Amino acid sequence: MKKYTVETNSRKETQELAYKLGNLLNDPLVIIMRGDLGAGKTTFTQGLAKGLDITQNVNSPTFTIFKIYYGRLPLYHIDAYRLEGVSQDLGFEEYIEDSDGVCVIEWPMYVQDLIPEEYLEIELLHQEEEKRLMHVYAHGTAIEKIVEEWL
Amino acid sequence: MKDVYLLAIESSCDETAASVVKNGNEIISNVVSSQIDVHSQFGGVIPEVASRIHVENISLVIEKAMKDANMEYSALDGICFTQGPGLIGSLHVGVQAAKTLAFAHHLPLIPVHHITGHIYANAFVDEIKFPLLALVVSGGHTELVYMKEDYSFEVVGTTQDDAIGEAYDKVARVLGLPYPGGPQIDRLAKTGEATYPLPKPKTENELDFSFSGLKSAVIQSMDRLKRRNEEMIPANMAASFQEAALGQLWNRVDKALELYQPVHFVIAGGVAANSRLRELVTENMKKYSNISYTIPPLWCCTDNAAMIGASGYHAYLKEIRANEDVGANPSLQM
Repeated sequence: MKKYTVETNSRKETQELAYKLGNLLNDPLVIIMRGDLGAGKTTFTQGLAKGLDITQNVNSPTFTIFKIYYGRLPLYHIDAYRLEGVSQDLGFEEYIEDSDGVCVIEWPMYVQDLIPEEYLEIELLHQEEEKRLMHVYAHGTAIEKIVEEWL
Repeated sequence: MKDVYLLAIESSCDETAASVVKNGNEIISNVVSSQIDVHSQFGGVIPEVASRIHVENISLVIEKAMKDANMEYSALDGICFTQGPGLIGSLHVGVQAAKTLAFAHHLPLIPVHHITGHIYANAFVDEIKFPLLALVVSGGHTELVYMKEDYSFEVVGTTQDDAIGEAYDKVARVLGLPYPGGPQIDRLAKTGEATYPLPKPKTENELDFSFSGLKSAVIQSMDRLKRRNEEMIPANMAASFQEAALGQLWNRVDKALELYQPVHFVIAGGVAANSRLRELVTENMKKYSNISYTIPPLWCCTDNAAMIGASGYHAYLKEIRANEDVGANPSLQM
């Protein structure tokens, strides 16, 4: 696993960075997003979606837990916030393993068994105001290549 | 015109519900089985996506709705169901039940968008007039919907990030209040004053909403007070949040009323049960003497199947039908 650190100074910068990632993706990928409430996980995903040529507005999936958007690659947006303490099979595997798209998982600690061996992990840390510290972890060599190209 | 009787099935979230509705505005039977009762048996752990519970409940709920209505399937004109949006696993259960019953009894199958149900729920208590503007606010939705005429829907404003009910739940969690957070904050806010300054978010489209920044601002404000060793007064924080959140809602409604000049305004969805929002509507609608408005009773605000029957009736009249290969759509657009 390789670790990278980036800083963004505004909401716009966070989204631009996410856009850049979305823009260079051509293959399926699992992205794990960590960070407290308000850290910017959905903000990041909005930028990522634009980079995947998704025109529909991406909003919080907390309520429905799972949302699908169609762009250059499909985006599967999973938010496990409401799954704390739920241990049943939710049928998300097909969007994560052998997936045909980019799968973003927020609050991954509640769906730990679904996380594959190779994935990109992004941790957003709230600094002051709109400033964010971003730790990026590449789990797997293929993922490292993507991150090298991205950052 | 001949009376139309529809069986409606709703399972998009926590409630498993079935109802028989006559002509879209008269409830013959209405059965709601909330999982909240089931959850309390487990000591408060709330697995909200328990589609398994929907499977266990759905047959019983439908059977009871038909029995309460004292009707045979042969007397029905169709079966309507919530196709989306909602939790995919939960939606599937209702969709499958509706398809199976429609197939077995040779009845037309009518797909309904959950939000249109919330809007048409107002038909049970008031005559709905067009053009109409609806504010739909719940745990999963924050939308301004303009209806030029019956069964035409134009979303003129929507949230760019969190739904208002979701922001309530998350702020409640930060304040250490139990789930669901909406009623808790509403209650607590009544005992406090809006003393903490919170931002008024701007959106690109002036009728759109944004609640994510407000949620973050509450968290930041609490952190700041903690760092400075200042006391945080929960009731005042709840009041500050509630005023900011509802103030934003009304700001958009006001603009939309001016812009679209409807003859009728309705509120709908779970957050329409909020006591402060209901006050705000009554106060602010005074200046629009030419626009009638409806504040639905509390039972109409939460999820139920009767509202799906109300909306389904108008879909039925417009000859909107689903085939037997129809599936649930968790991100269904209006």
